[in-house]
Amino acid sequence: MSDLTQQEALFTYTLRLADNALILGHRLSEWCGHGPFLEEDIGVINTALDLLGRCRMLYSYAGEVEGKGRDEDDLAFHRDEREFTNYLLMEQPKGDFAYTTIRQFYADVWNLHFYTELCNSKDETLAAIARKVVKECRYHFRHNAEWVKRLGDGTEESHQRMNDAIAEASRFVNEMFEMDEVDQVMVDAGVGVDLNVVKEKWIASVDQVFADATLQRPEPEYDRSGGRKGLHTEQLGFLLAEMQYVQRCHPGLQW
Amino acid sequence: MDYNPVGSFISDNLISSDRPPVLSVAEAQAIEMSDIEHALSTVVDPEIPVLSARELGVLRDVEWQGDTLVTTITPTYSGCPAMGHFEDDIRVCLEKLGIPKIKVNTRLSPAWTSDWLSDDAKQKLRDYGIAPPMETTSSLKVLLGHAPEVSCPKCHSTEVREVSRHGSTACKALYQCDSCQEPFDYFKCI
Repeated sequence: MSDLTQQEALFTYTLRLADNALILGHRLSEWCGHGPFLEEDIGVINTALDLLGRCRMLYSYAGEVEGKGRDEDDLAFHRDEREFTNYLLMEQPKGDFAYTTIRQFYADVWNLHFYTELCNSKDETLAAIARKVVKECRYHFRHNAEWVKRLGDGTEESHQRMNDAIAEASRFVNEMFEMDEVDQVMVDAGVGVDLNVVKEKWIASVDQVFADATLQRPEPEYDRSGGRKGLHTEQLGFLLAEMQYVQRCHPGLQW
Repeated sequence: MDYNPVGSFISDNLISSDRPPVLSVAEAQAIEMSDIEHALSTVVDPEIPVLSARELGVLRDVEWQGDTLVTTITPTYSGCPAMGHFEDDIRVCLEKLGIPKIKVNTRLSPAWTSDWLSDDAKQKLRDYGIAPPMETTSSLKVLLGHAPEVSCPKCHSTEVREVSRHGSTACKALYQCDSCQEPFDYFKCI
């Protein structure tokens, strides 16, 4: 038996999903005004906006589950680095457009399969959020899969940059499928998703798109992990410093 | 379009002398629902001002719960920035009627779908220069991710191409007509 209560597990579970959406969304938003061309600038920012909307729904629900009166803003802007539970992949700097494309593609495929499974959650709120989110995930996936093909099967330089990006991102991949106590409690309760199932589908989808893109998915030589325990790469601190600056200077400030 | 995104809100909300008297609960509940619906039909999408929140499918329910008039809205996209705008406009609109207690709920399930757009609403979109979604989300083409059937809202040609999967707002994609060269927005089918 686990010492975790169902409520604690649900809070952490929801918070993790929210953190992933917020941090990835923030990284994408850094492209605003810097996209390779206008349409894609808009495309990236639209995706970032979806992620922001997603994290707001999840943070609000996490705050409700926790029951300590914290709202979405408290959870997003008044927690320290060690309290953030996002995967390490999400917090990595945006890099060049190839890196952003690969990171986003990996996250899209994960999100697509994860939220498809989460639609069947016994937790009504999570299932409702998932059914909303999964429509957007399908769209993001199709959009980025096209970019992966275009850049992978593009020029010599774009192909090379995609390979570099894949090599760089690969070490953060396995973390996305680790199951811990929180996952187990949630899966046992019929609320959470078995990440082993997500992993199988993730590999199949990535390999399928990579085949068209003349790219290969390497087995990582070593894995990085720890995001969910609050053990982050140095990148997250810089990101939070910028993102949380206004709320830290003027707590509770509203537009 | 003589549309001013903030003008109506400021003039209605900040000049208190313009505000109508607040009715008692009994008086407010005596207002016909059709009159309330009529008033709410002035709440329009800030980016697509030819469609009301009701026609867009964002406004789901209006009902009395005890002494409170509860309206329920659902977002088109998770991050749709118009949601705050809809909520403000609904409040202002109901305050104008003198309704004393107003609540705006957000509901996520069932998730919004472009299938909720009526034929009438689609025609309004087309007249406004936006190509409406022509399939339903349950059609095989959409499920398999094939290119949607889109026709130019100006010349109705189907010789069109997708310029970008993302347009000026989350709910639209960018297209161009190869017959008349008109660039236009396509309201995505989700």
